[in-house]
Amino acid sequence: MAKRIDVSDLDIFYGNFKAVEGVNVSIEPRSVTALIGPSGCGKSTFLRSLNRMHEVIPGARVEGKVVIDGQDLYGSDVDPVDVRRQIGMVFQRPNPFPTMSIYDNVVAGVRLNAKKMKKSDLDDLVESSLKGANLWNEVKDRLNRPGSGLSGGQQQRLCIARAIAVQPEVLLMDEPCSALDPISTLAIEDLMTELKDRFTIVIVTHNMQQAARVSEQTGFFNLNGVGQPGRLIEFNPTEKIFSNPDQKATEDYISGRFG
Amino acid sequence: MTTSTPTRPEDLDPMTPAVGTRRKLPRYGGVGLYVAGLVVAGLLTLLSGFSWGLFAVYGVVLGCLVTYVGSRVVEGSRKATDRLVTSLVTSAFAIAMVPLVSLIYTVVSKGITRLDGTFFSNSMVGVVGEGGGAYHAIMGTLIITALASLISVPVGLLAAIYLVEYGRGKLKKALTFFVDVMTGIPSIVAGLFAYALFAIFFGPGVRFGLGGAVALSVLMIPVVVRSAEEVLKLVPNELREASYALGVPKWRTITKVVLPTAIAGLGTGVTLSIARVIGETAPLLVIVGITAATNFDPFDGRMATLPVYAYYQLTQPGVPPQFGIDRAWTAALVLIIIVMALNVVARLISRFFAPKTGR
Ligand SMILES: Nc1ncnc2c1ncn2[C@@H]1O[C@H](COP(=O)(O)OP(=O)(O)O)[C@@H](O)[C@H]1O
Ligand SMILES: [Mg+2]
Repeated sequence: MAKRIDVSDLDIFYGNFKAVEGVNVSIEPRSVTALIGPSGCGKSTFLRSLNRMHEVIPGARVEGKVVIDGQDLYGSDVDPVDVRRQIGMVFQRPNPFPTMSIYDNVVAGVRLNAKKMKKSDLDDLVESSLKGANLWNEVKDRLNRPGSGLSGGQQQRLCIARAIAVQPEVLLMDEPCSALDPISTLAIEDLMTELKDRFTIVIVTHNMQQAARVSEQTGFFNLNGVGQPGRLIEFNPTEKIFSNPDQKATEDYISGRFG
Repeated sequence: MTTSTPTRPEDLDPMTPAVGTRRKLPRYGGVGLYVAGLVVAGLLTLLSGFSWGLFAVYGVVLGCLVTYVGSRVVEGSRKATDRLVTSLVTSAFAIAMVPLVSLIYTVVSKGITRLDGTFFSNSMVGVVGEGGGAYHAIMGTLIITALASLISVPVGLLAAIYLVEYGRGKLKKALTFFVDVMTGIPSIVAGLFAYALFAIFFGPGVRFGLGGAVALSVLMIPVVVRSAEEVLKLVPNELREASYALGVPKWRTITKVVLPTAIAGLGTGVTLSIARVIGETAPLLVIVGITAATNFDPFDGRMATLPVYAYYQLTQPGVPPQFGIDRAWTAALVLIIIVMALNVVARLISRFFAPKTGR
């Protein structure tokens, strides 16, 4: 489990618009890597290029290399569907499947892929995934109720449970707490600290304290102006980024003296 | 600006009394004024010989006028404008309801005479005057519409899925345009098309049920496509992405996530599209024809259908004509009942299949 990601010279496009340019970075296994930066600088775009979700958008494409434990993600013989099974994703807005119960949501990755599994194995998977997402105690008595009946924070943890139920190697999270209240946010931050023993986690966040609290490494994205591509300005251990960053722009952003 | 005396509303406008002391019409005052206007309008029309048309015109004008003036005197101009607009909108609604209500009244009152067991169990074999029924026509309508749905629903749904999930660029635009054009095709054209098509194979004068189903499909497919397309577009993209992110291939995402989420809307759309074509007359007149006997075989020979049956009962009622005309009205009534039932079914589908939140 838990793999290392090496990105080299990655350019990401929406049609003719270059959204992100020249990213070079190595993401360590079994750690939390945070991506920060102002809105529109391409954090989500970069994150989605790591599990080939980017190309779901019409006209979107990528140039450069993303290598996961020696395997080139964008190699011509690689099926994006396989990539996404290895690299799970949690979105900004909780998006449980509205037609499914809590139980079915958790096993959605297995069921939708038509994998055959015994009922008892499925039950175990549901329990372990929900426990992994710190949701088990809250929902164990109503597994057959619709997933959309949970609170926002619970829904987001359900989505995390759904993502870890397919046992990915890497977990990508795009502002997973921005739609949540502080208590739910705390629950999810605790969860990340637990999950990093098993997964490589990359999280985009707008919350600087959150980045400081949960991550080992932090990358700062920025862009020079509207219509310009975003760039990875600095990538360093979180402590260094928040105490004495190499780049002036990083310091300005972190201390709020931005723009 | 040194003083900061709080301004009260009454200081701003000396004409407006303070909140709470404002005079108001009694609870049903607005309605009362409007009715008063209607009464005056009624008296006015009586002077020149009563007619409903004149009464409607006078009624709306006077009703609105009396309400406005009355409210203005008592409540002031803002409230009066509000009441004027309310009465205008309500009058417009009432006028719009008139044709619908009178249509239903006419059909029910004329159709009820023959709404009996014989009508549902007998065909027209050997019937010249009294008696006879539409059993054969009801069965014909059901068979042909079912066949049309069998053709249109899969084709329409798949086309909609193509347009929403796969279609891109110019081809998609062109297809959407043609679907729009097809929605507006006159139904007789669909009938002539089916006739011309089958005349190639079976020679001129061909009449059979399947041909009617094909003609109805030409009308039904664009309706299914349009409604299904709208419904599929409503499925949030986030759900598709959630599914892709779990490593689910596109086609499974469509069948397991998108379609189940949209099932209520799809069912409603399909039901309404059936209701849309079940009363079509012209194409069936051309390609299916009419017969007095019951024919269950859509692949061979003429079939009776309710709308065409109603048409012939009205235009060739036999002697004495009253019995035929009664049967025509009853056929119309049965059609309306079927369409209403389909609408109820559509509502039930959207109620029972909608994703449940159940907090
Ligand atoms: N679906 C899209 N189509 C075209 N451009 C997009 C799309 N999504 C994002 N962009 C553009 O890409 C740039 C980066 O966006 P994004 O990655 O969402 O930024 P962030 O997540 O850092 O706020 C922005 O200029 C944005 O307008
Ligand atoms: Mg973003």
